[in-house]
Amino acid sequence: MAILEVDGLKVYFHTRNGVVKAVDDVSFSVDSGETLAIVGESGSGKSVTCYSLLDLLPKPPAKVEGGTALFNGKDLLTCSAAEMRKHRCNDIAVIFQDPMTSLNPFLTVGEQLIEPLIYHPNRDQRQTRPAAKQKAITLLNEVGIIDAENRFDSYPHEFSGGMRQRVMIAMALITEPKLLICDEPTTALDVTIQAQILELIKQLQQTRNVAVIFISHDLGVVAGIADKVIVMCEGTIRETGDTDGIFYRTQNDYTKKLLDAIPEGPKTTLNRSHDSDNLVVVNHLKTYFKDQSHIKGSAGGRFIKAVDDISLTIARGEILGLVGESGSGKSTLGRSILQLAPTTEGTVKFQNQTLTGLSPKQLVPWRKKMQMIFQDPYASLNPRMTVFETLSEPLLYHGMATSKNIGHQVRQLMDDVGLAQSQLRKYPHEFSGGQRQRIAIGRAIATKPDFIIADEPVSALDVTIQAQILDLILNLVERHNLTMMFISHDLSVVRYISDRIIIMNRGVIVEQGKTEALWANPKAPYTKNLLAAIPLADPVAERARINNR
Amino acid sequence: MAESVKDMTKEFEENGSSLWKDAWIKLSKNHMALFGLSVLVILIVSSLLTPWIAPYNYEAQDLDLGATAPSMAHWLGTDIFGRDMLTRIMYGGRVSLMVGFIATAVALVIGILWGAVAGFFGGRVDALMMRIVDILYALPFMIFIVLLMVVFGRNILLLFLAIGAVEWLTMARIVRGQVMALRNLEFVEAANSLGLSQWTIIRRHIIPNTLGPVIVYTTLTIPSVMLLEAFLSFLGLGIQPPESSWGLLINYGVETMEEYPWLLIFPGIALSLTLFALNFLGDGLRDALDPRTSKD
Repeated sequence: MAILEVDGLKVYFHTRNGVVKAVDDVSFSVDSGETLAIVGESGSGKSVTCYSLLDLLPKPPAKVEGGTALFNGKDLLTCSAAEMRKHRCNDIAVIFQDPMTSLNPFLTVGEQLIEPLIYHPNRDQRQTRPAAKQKAITLLNEVGIIDAENRFDSYPHEFSGGMRQRVMIAMALITEPKLLICDEPTTALDVTIQAQILELIKQLQQTRNVAVIFISHDLGVVAGIADKVIVMCEGTIRETGDTDGIFYRTQNDYTKKLLDAIPEGPKTTLNRSHDSDNLVVVNHLKTYFKDQSHIKGSAGGRFIKAVDDISLTIARGEILGLVGESGSGKSTLGRSILQLAPTTEGTVKFQNQTLTGLSPKQLVPWRKKMQMIFQDPYASLNPRMTVFETLSEPLLYHGMATSKNIGHQVRQLMDDVGLAQSQLRKYPHEFSGGQRQRIAIGRAIATKPDFIIADEPVSALDVTIQAQILDLILNLVERHNLTMMFISHDLSVVRYISDRIIIMNRGVIVEQGKTEALWANPKAPYTKNLLAAIPLADPVAERARINNR
Repeated sequence: MAESVKDMTKEFEENGSSLWKDAWIKLSKNHMALFGLSVLVILIVSSLLTPWIAPYNYEAQDLDLGATAPSMAHWLGTDIFGRDMLTRIMYGGRVSLMVGFIATAVALVIGILWGAVAGFFGGRVDALMMRIVDILYALPFMIFIVLLMVVFGRNILLLFLAIGAVEWLTMARIVRGQVMALRNLEFVEAANSLGLSQWTIIRRHIIPNTLGPVIVYTTLTIPSVMLLEAFLSFLGLGIQPPESSWGLLINYGVETMEEYPWLLIFPGIALSLTLFALNFLGDGLRDALDPRTSKD
């Protein structure tokens, strides 16, 4: 029997600009021991669906307009606040996306873990502190926290991202729920950590026989762990079925579009580089930061070696992929090359001119030849400048346009990046994430640079938008004869776009080589691990991989 | 380079799509803000024209008359010396509004620049600049003012400067906090990678994004400055009778509140009206200067 049966769920948001149908007539069911994946892009209503079940939505503006959600035969949508608290405490648990913000930084991990046990709303079910602690430690062991006994009294900041997500999972499981809702639990994590967490969720589910609803934007992540998949878009269900059916016998056009958008396979365009002509030469570059996190530590003047003795060259016309997990120093390396971060030692040469050691004023003429595209299109545009102002600023500042022809040039840029000219007067917040990234790209190519560093330009975007932006970048590189360094944590994306790859870890280069050669035959163990952890949008292969680990 | 910056500004003006122009369009659709703005304009214009339109002489006493309730001859009544209250409130408004606006403007300019520079550059520059702020904070305000008055003599302009010189400290702190959060955002880095000069970045990218809290704080500062002036005048350090200001009138009004309530009520209304108008205008400006609030 299904543990949760949702039928005809409708959740509308009543905003000043009219009613938004966030969830419109959604039905599904989950059995015990089953994993249901809800997949959709941002704004598809996948999270709203699950939050409405737990009454976690802000009301107003949200309002449940209809439908039922029977949990063990009881309707969650109509139950009282007290009953809902009971459900949340006993039966249903949630794991949130960002393990950095979902733990209280002022309480020890252990204290937060045992909270639901010792402050249980039902006094009879409250447990004593020692008993609760014992249970919590057992559970921490189970989710793979080493030395759980001592870690019980640690604060959240003393854990890494992956470890925090393990703590979150332990926290969700401590009340022994029958239904576990995971809202993008691995999106904020590195790819190798993601593989571990997915494995852990799968394994715990099997041993405890809980029902899992797994929300994700990434079909690849879902392939290995889901039994059933729902594809959502704009508040409605587009396709529903068992995992193999969705992946191998796709019916719906939108699902097909999602699957097609996953970057897979090698780069299709030609390599235009000529090895003889190096545009950028980096020689023994070191960028150290003063370590300020260890206040209590005795060692004064300790350094974090973000970039530690790196040498590399980038040939003219080449797209170089720089891959690394968080904290590998890949962004710092990019900023050091552009002289945006202060370097400690070594040299950076650009067109045979040494850039390290130049004063900001001496750098100005070089700045317009090297540009950067940033990761977060919501933070990289000044919210109080119109698109016109944003795009014309570099042109006017570098004297590449006069007030007479600036309008024409800006319109040209809008065409280049595929934005309608009628949108010149708008502010950044009026655009979607993908469009904002187009504006940011427009700003970067405005000064007709030779070299662009793209720092995770697609990681904040939905998968279909990601594909569009990648194609735009390839197109622009081709047309304007650009050289690019493409920084990303996502190996599939890098493979899709770059001619050559450098793998970085802890500030040093682990391995480098031509993309396909490196893909086929990775030498360093770290690279092998990284490649093995990429989730594939292929359920059979993915299951086999998880079982093999 | 200065040339190109000038070009830039001119270009934005011609294209009519700068923040300020959009803000004005939005503001003109906000009825509360327009109400606030018109009240302020009326108050300012009438206090500018006071010497010509005031019904009586502000220091002409009529001791026989004494304090009278509002009547046809004296719309807002007279004070204990038989002076016309309407006239005195109008003359008082000149001083109060001037103190409020000039002192706040001084605080605004110094505070924003100081805070923006300290927050943007950080490190030693920040430490040095903020320690100066701390020292000035620690200096007893009254002693500071008394010293100024003793050295330079009592002078209304000096009063403005002295008050402004104290109020900018808080403004600098607010702006610095804002700027520190802003300077790590990617659009500032993007501006850096375009090679814009530090000053251009502060002026075009940083300061416009700090305006929200600054405007709110400004609308709170103006009335508090007006009351500060009343306090100083009461101690004999500011305006002296027979000249008047709203704060001073309120102070005297309080003393005779039970017998002659209108001496308190009418200057009180004048001050509150200004305060309300400022708040409406301030809220409207804050919304208008934030493109994220909808245009209609």
